[in-house]
Amino acid sequence: MSGLDPAVNQKGIRQSYSYPKYPFRRPAAIDSDTVERQRVVIVGAGSVGLAAAVEFACLGIETVVLDDDDTVSAGSRAICWSKRTLEVLDRSGVAEPMVDKGVIWRQGRVYRGEREIYNFDLLPEAGHKMPAFINLQQYHTEEYLVDRAVTLGKTDLRWRNAVVDIYLDLDGGGLQGGGGALLTVDTPDGRYQIRADHVLAADGVRSTLRRSMGLEFQGRTFEERFLITDIRMNADFPMERRFWFEPSFHAGQSALLHRQPDNIYRIDLQLGPDADPVEESKPERVIPRVGKMVGKDLDFDLEWISVYTFTCRRMERFRHGPVFFVGDAAHVVSPFGARGGNGGIQDIDNLVWKLALVLGGEAPATLLDSYDAERVPAADENILNSTRSTDFMTPKNQVSADFRHAVLSLAETAPFARTLVNSGRLSLPHVYAATALSTLDDDAFAGKGPVPGAPALDAPVLFNGVEGWLLNHLGQRFVALCFVDLEVLVDDWIEAWNKALADLTPSVDLVVVGRGDIARRPSIAILDDIAGQAFARWAGEPGSVYLLRPDQHVAARWLERPTAPALAAALARAIGRKEAG
Amino acid sequence: MGTLAIEPRITRPDDFYEALIKAHRGLSDEQSRQLNARLILVLANQIGDFDVLEQALDLAREDGVARD
Repeated sequence: MSGLDPAVNQKGIRQSYSYPKYPFRRPAAIDSDTVERQRVVIVGAGSVGLAAAVEFACLGIETVVLDDDDTVSAGSRAICWSKRTLEVLDRSGVAEPMVDKGVIWRQGRVYRGEREIYNFDLLPEAGHKMPAFINLQQYHTEEYLVDRAVTLGKTDLRWRNAVVDIYLDLDGGGLQGGGGALLTVDTPDGRYQIRADHVLAADGVRSTLRRSMGLEFQGRTFEERFLITDIRMNADFPMERRFWFEPSFHAGQSALLHRQPDNIYRIDLQLGPDADPVEESKPERVIPRVGKMVGKDLDFDLEWISVYTFTCRRMERFRHGPVFFVGDAAHVVSPFGARGGNGGIQDIDNLVWKLALVLGGEAPATLLDSYDAERVPAADENILNSTRSTDFMTPKNQVSADFRHAVLSLAETAPFARTLVNSGRLSLPHVYAATALSTLDDDAFAGKGPVPGAPALDAPVLFNGVEGWLLNHLGQRFVALCFVDLEVLVDDWIEAWNKALADLTPSVDLVVVGRGDIARRPSIAILDDIAGQAFARWAGEPGSVYLLRPDQHVAARWLERPTAPALAAALARAIGRKEAG
Repeated sequence: MGTLAIEPRITRPDDFYEALIKAHRGLSDEQSRQLNARLILVLANQIGDFDVLEQALDLAREDGVARD
């Protein structure tokens, strides 16, 4: 990248976005005889690596981020950020600028030819702080993350620091790296080494770390080629996702149109397996294709072109001793479903609090094993969904083509067939069901409310007279979320619980959601369930308690207030203490 | 878990069979394939229960593979 005008990409197209250029600073270690030591090094300043750095910073943990480039994502790449991703990034103060800038959407329309066969609403209920999805170019997201990291002041961002090698066999710790990892880093001023206790490999699909550790990356490649292009135009297409099967304006099988900020639109056109990637990415080839799609009355400029094939693959394990693979370095999916970027954010959502507790001596090192146990099934879920979507879009044989045709032809008149139309199953957070960290409940909740392993659900609440959101009162630490009826005096137990929870390791914060006469508010602050949605979504009854992990996933829950030992046992399990059984 | 019925349930078997064949009358092979595909989907929705559908797939496949 360096040496090029960053606003002009490899095909000579001028982009409207002007890329920031972050400064290279000569690392002190180059001039020192001793090897630099760090607790946490993040390799790769993409959206996932940066999100990890910012989350660590919010927990007070300093990290070093190494990136071979000196700017943000080349091209818009991941553009769809899910509600859960925004909720995760809201903990570290990044979601609000994203939502302010992004295109908020929740509607999707699916067409066959010219005719709409159905539409869907991804967030049909009110009372959530974050929208179902926003569209925002990856470069904007990364810029906000960098800004936030700089503001928080705990992240040592080292641009043009390319990791070229990693060595794990330190202090005879074997390849599992009992002594951490030794990273060799190239910079414009020369080479140096860092010895890191823990490494996050966030270095993307072509991960240098994965390769230098000789680790496999297996899965399936689809032969179908797709043209992905961003165009800039003054048009007023609605804020929704539009997907066409057998479009009339394009000879291929499918097309996608998605609006981004700055008058930019994402277009995805299926080209077939025989398309020539070099020819098809020439602007003179792309312009007529796009013109047929948006109509001849609209002027547009090209922003970005890429012709690609899909792969769905993952590493066998994401943790290798002191090295944790996150995001595309660990797993890749096809883009229909927005499961790449969002899946990566959920990786670091899962990992950072665990590392933070272990670094702080508040949880045993065995907690780190649960990263694999929880995120490998999550990656499999994303790969499964993405593979199914791709199979539907690219029928491999006559019978697949026949059934797809049958589904599409029935969908307009028979609602059941719409459930079989697969234009991408959009990213939802994984439920860490039945993992070693979860305490399974006895189904007293009758299947209602978030089950152990599921993420927390938002609701509007009133706190000290200020309207806000439940999720903003959770997160980054363990929380006992208690539901109470304010008609019943609860001061005594709240005081007792506050004391008991503070004595636990790690400590657990008490968050109380109340309903009833707020004038009877007890001595501690209470979240007033103003719309009744907190009680409803959580299937709360006066006395119910949820134990939430720092990533806002449910660790355990009780319909009636648990005993102190029961809560302590659930906490012990949630931090990976084996003896918790 | 539902169980696939293999005992007779069709009220007028001969009428049904005739109607099934008649539905394909005058169709090209491709149109017939399409009709069958749509019919399978419609009937599958009528059954609804995934467990039963899975047993139906197993039965159909077992039989077909055994005799071909």
